Amino acid sequence: MKISFPHMGTSHIAFKHLIEHLGHEVVPPPAPTSRTLDLGVKYAPEFACVPLKMLLGTYLEVLEKGADTIITSGGVGPCRAGLYPHLHQKILKDLGYDCKIIIFDPPLHNLKDFFSKINYIIKKGGKSWRQFWKEFKTSWLKLCVLDDVEILSHQVRPYELKKGSTTKVFKECLHIVDQAQTREEILDAKRICEKKLKEVPQDPSRNPLKIGIIGEIYVVLEPFMNMDVEITLEEMGVITHRSIYLTQWSRQNIIVNTEGSIYKTAYPYLKKKIGGHGINSIGETILYARNGFDGVIQVAPFTCIPEIVAKSILPEVSKDLNIPVLSLTIDEQTAKAGVQTRLEAFVDLLEQKRLHGGLNYARVSGH
Amino acid sequence: MKPSIGFPATLFYFTDAPFWQAFWENIGFNVVYSSATNKKILDEGIKVTVTDACVPIKVYHGHVIALKDKVDYLFIPRYMNLEKKETFCPKFLGLPDMVRASIPGIPKIIAPDIQLVNPLSRLRLCKELAEKTGASFARVAHALAKAGRVQKQYIKLLQQGYLPQVAMKLVKSGRTAGSPVKEGDLNIAVLGYPYQIHDAHISVNLLEQLKQLGVNIWTMEMVSQTMLRPYRKVMSKNHFWHFSNRVMWSLFYFLNKGGLDGVIHVTAFACGPDAMVDKFMELELKQRKIPFMPITVDEHSGEAGVRTRLEAFVDMIRHRRQLE
Ligand code: SF4
Ligand code: SF4
Repeated sequence: MKISFPHMGTSHIAFKHLIEHLGHEVVPPPAPTSRTLDLGVKYAPEFACVPLKMLLGTYLEVLEKGADTIITSGGVGPCRAGLYPHLHQKILKDLGYDCKIIIFDPPLHNLKDFFSKINYIIKKGGKSWRQFWKEFKTSWLKLCVLDDVEILSHQVRPYELKKGSTTKVFKECLHIVDQAQTREEILDAKRICEKKLKEVPQDPSRNPLKIGIIGEIYVVLEPFMNMDVEITLEEMGVITHRSIYLTQWSRQNIIVNTEGSIYKTAYPYLKKKIGGHGINSIGETILYARNGFDGVIQVAPFTCIPEIVAKSILPEVSKDLNIPVLSLTIDEQTAKAGVQTRLEAFVDLLEQKRLHGGLNYARVSGH
Repeated sequence: MKPSIGFPATLFYFTDAPFWQAFWENIGFNVVYSSATNKKILDEGIKVTVTDACVPIKVYHGHVIALKDKVDYLFIPRYMNLEKKETFCPKFLGLPDMVRASIPGIPKIIAPDIQLVNPLSRLRLCKELAEKTGASFARVAHALAKAGRVQKQYIKLLQQGYLPQVAMKLVKSGRTAGSPVKEGDLNIAVLGYPYQIHDAHISVNLLEQLKQLGVNIWTMEMVSQTMLRPYRKVMSKNHFWHFSNRVMWSLFYFLNKGGLDGVIHVTAFACGPDAMVDKFMELELKQRKIPFMPITVDEHSGEAGVRTRLEAFVDMIRHRRQLE
């Protein structure tokens, strides 16, 4: 089997590790480019959300490179993501590709199905469950380290003296983590990366604005999709913070979180979970406001259902808590220059607000 | 005087209005509907909603605005699930919250969670309705049972082939009726959500136009639960959304029944679920070589444009038939 999987942020490094160590050949998903997107757009439904298009593009690229099996996640709704793989499979078949898509639904949903699929992958690679468990733990560690290193990079970049220096080091770090194979090597890699990042020359006297990033998971995690929103802001000297990380359930205190669950926080504005990260977007905005953040940016794919609901409610939250919110809607036409301009304008607004302590700056801008 | 409750005449209106009307009347409320969708309603709705919301949601907000100064309460049920393993489009799930956040100065909203998956959830609904309306539990339960009987009649009429507006009138008058006659020479399944297909303003009069072209229309309301049963398992995975499933299952029903000349899928611009539904439908029909046409409606759709497309589609089918 030649296995591939979706590209999302830095996670492919850990997935590659897992699957290789299970004895399979991996076709690593390339970082998405405009070609990937074009491919996806060409064959996906027009109003599909951009993650669906992007994944389709990625699959077409890895199939070209010889992959014959794709491993991906399913879902139980109510949002579209859970149906992606089923639609992808039909579209790929219609295009003449005969690949296997292995879909992992959340284990709690159907335990038996979950284990039988893992079993299949293990047996095909000639490994035992014991080996699987060991490799799984190592890969999870790798995933956590990748997130740790990234989080640190977000803390360093706003203070860097030379624009771009953090990003350069961060890229080296990814390579270092990628190379690490054993538990010990991975932990070493972590120490090296942390040291390297901390050594980036910084100006600690700055007093940066703080912006929270909320929205739909795929566009939040994939810099190509969100036009590098975090890096762009941080290079303008702004601290960004997001709570979506793949390893998030294993870490606490993502936001200074003492107020119980995000759902409770969102309740006055949105009473039910609506799928995707809809309710998180509301709850997190409230938490950012309460924790002294200067503003919030929502990144959402065009036609993303839960985020449209959130976006409809955010102006009220923004007004009540006096925290400016900027909504960025992402589709295949979104241009980096446009986003850059809007980010600059937003940061200007926040600076003004901080200087004059002005009320009533709160607003949400549309598409 | 009886308190009045406003019921926006869209979304679940087309499927469930007789039920809710009977319910509210039985617990002593006066039901006030907004008028059928018109340009003013649409325009008002557009003003208060985000640009990338779908037309049906924009229209819903417009209906709320049309009602808000005329009633004591607004009824905005939160449809969550009528069956296990199913829910509604996230916009239905967040509907009361969106309306509350987007429209200032609205009367008290009564927004019960509609969850009917098991007896317990039904009990909970009774309790919630009793709490929110001040009626006794027994009265609510009684009213719901009565409403259920009215709804049954209504559904039967829909299955006979009456369109919602006609069926609602028939239910009210209490008359029974034979099935309407189908006189056209072509049979086309017109699939899509009831609030798009049966809202003449949103669908730019699509059903009427098709009738004039000599087409017999088949919609998903004409297929009963029982008839759908065999088709509930044909997809590798069902959709999560109530209406989307009904659309797909009835497609399979019609395909299996045979005699279909074509399929039209009516979908709203930027509708999330339909991006999936439409592609699944397209691929299925491509495989079976059955003519298929998606029609996307938005706030700018014009009757003339749709007419041209319908004519072309119908001509193509007739032409094909001659060749056979
Ligand atoms: S959350 Fe948004 S982007 Fe993700 S599947 Fe749902 S609609 Fe698509
Ligand atoms: S199903 Fe589509 S048309 Fe209906 S509310 Fe959801 S997005 Fe809008």
